[in-house]
Amino acid sequence: MSVGRARTIALVGIEGAVVEIEADISPQLPAFVLVGLPDAALGEARDRVRSAAGNSGLPLPSRKLTVNLSPAALPKQGSAFDLGIALAALVADGRLPAESVARVVHLGELGLDGRLRPVPGILPAVMAAVRAGWRTVLVPAGSADEARLVPGAEVVGVASLRDAAIWHGAELEPVAVEPLVAPAPVGAEEAAQGDLSEVVGSREAVEAVQVAAAGGHHLLLLGPPGAGKTMLAARLPGLLPPLDVAAALELASIRSLAGLPIGAVLPDRAPFEAPHHTASAAALVGGGSGVIRPGAAARATHGVLFLDEAPEFSPHALDALRQPLEDGVVRLTRAAATAQFPARFQLVLAANPCPCGNDGAPDLSCSCTPMAKRRYLGRLSGPLLDRIDIRLRVPRVTAAQLRGRGEGVSTAEARARVAEARGRAAARLDGTPWRLNAHVPGAWLRSDAGRPAPGAAEPLDRALERGALTMRGYDRALRVAWSIADLDGVDRPGRAQIGRALLLRTGAA
Amino acid sequence: MPDTDRLGPLGERLAERHLLARGYRLLERNWRCPRGEIDLILQDGDETVFVEVKTRSALGYGHPLEAITVAKLARLRRLAVEWCRQRREAGEQVGRIRIDAVAVVAPSDAPARIDHLAGVFR
Repeated sequence: MSVGRARTIALVGIEGAVVEIEADISPQLPAFVLVGLPDAALGEARDRVRSAAGNSGLPLPSRKLTVNLSPAALPKQGSAFDLGIALAALVADGRLPAESVARVVHLGELGLDGRLRPVPGILPAVMAAVRAGWRTVLVPAGSADEARLVPGAEVVGVASLRDAAIWHGAELEPVAVEPLVAPAPVGAEEAAQGDLSEVVGSREAVEAVQVAAAGGHHLLLLGPPGAGKTMLAARLPGLLPPLDVAAALELASIRSLAGLPIGAVLPDRAPFEAPHHTASAAALVGGGSGVIRPGAAARATHGVLFLDEAPEFSPHALDALRQPLEDGVVRLTRAAATAQFPARFQLVLAANPCPCGNDGAPDLSCSCTPMAKRRYLGRLSGPLLDRIDIRLRVPRVTAAQLRGRGEGVSTAEARARVAEARGRAAARLDGTPWRLNAHVPGAWLRSDAGRPAPGAAEPLDRALERGALTMRGYDRALRVAWSIADLDGVDRPGRAQIGRALLLRTGAA
Repeated sequence: MPDTDRLGPLGERLAERHLLARGYRLLERNWRCPRGEIDLILQDGDETVFVEVKTRSALGYGHPLEAITVAKLARLRRLAVEWCRQRREAGEQVGRIRIDAVAVVAPSDAPARIDHLAGVFR
């Protein structure tokens, strides 16, 4: 009897590696041996595969079946190997043509009745297969739409092991079965994000959100309860330009790994993640010992990560975000493997100025002691705040503002402005590795290309002399000034833009 | 005798005939000692073969080979050692030994199918 071979993909984080499944049948007492570092879920493939094969009309022989997953040292997890294991075993038994099975990548979990179940992570797995040169992939019918999002993949969706065997040339009568689809998680429907024109009051806040969108700046919103901080933050993703194909594929891969549903079209909206303030560090950046799962930071890649009541987060969890803020990726190292997830998100923090929330409001009295106030905002660590370009105080809406309300700028208008501003920045930064003002280094800002209009930096120089601004703060104010200049359509930040940047920088504690 | 009690001896006879047809020489049939019983002991060339026979009338409860467990084979091996010891005490030579399994599926309305696995316990 020959050795049966099939191929599948093992995922570590968002990266995938091609795994060769070898199946051998030896004249020994019936047994099913699975070697090659399987985890618990994969080890149980033994029982799923035997039952599924029997119930598909293709029983495995009463002999010893040895299945090896190669490369043997790579840790493998999950149930997506079932289909490949079953087909390799059937090849070893001489029931299927070896060439047909060996040139296709197989993904899918088997039910005991032989039907194929969708598994999380189909999209990144298919991407890895195509990158490795395996164009044809056999996936569960319920995951076929997701798999087809990958450019260049020839996707075959099959409902059952029997259908897969027939596709490979087994002479069997097809039996129609109801394909299994992934259950939609409850409450996964995305909330409508609302329009920017609905934000009442604070014109500077609306402006600041647009500046943040234009330059990709991280944002801190500080204000009493009910000032509209959450409302503002939720409207930021709507101002961001639609995702390009590469970004959308990356985002969809993360969503697929997280087990979130993906339709037949790639998401083109920037994501918005708002984890609750009890979130652990692992929930924010991802984690897990066996299967390394993406966290909120990865799910918010190319979009907005909003931390409401930021001082209520555990300092440990908040500081876990420092590395992804710097590098744009999360690297999680466990004993078994190192996983890497993209985490190029825009951070929005919202906080009350003090525990009672009334500090700084003109006609309300704050009941907090100075010590309590210090401790409250002190929970946001210096290194974290240092990465935030825009710090804005959002005052409570007054009755006068509500009555005197003019027509605010709508999301569509603001998005057009932001797109234009981003276009200007991209044209200016053409030939450099940076695309957004938030990413340019200080050296560029002080070079000829990045210098503001002559004399315009005077307020900044004065603030630096007074000690009101550090050198790093100086650079950050300049970056924001560039974003304001891009929004205003001027070639270089002038005095007006610098002044407003300085206000957005120091407007809050 | 109920049918099920007849099935075992029937399977053992079928297994014996199958192995003799392949040139094995019968040494013992249903050899007993206080610790248990060996279904068949045969000579295959220079190897002494101890055979566990498992018979079923249908596959509803699984293939008979699946019912031959490692514990059963370990017991068979202990019995084989005991048999060899008795042989040597009687002054005879015993060569290499091997443990085989034979599955017999004997439906009442069709010819029996015999499945022979050589050297199943190492």
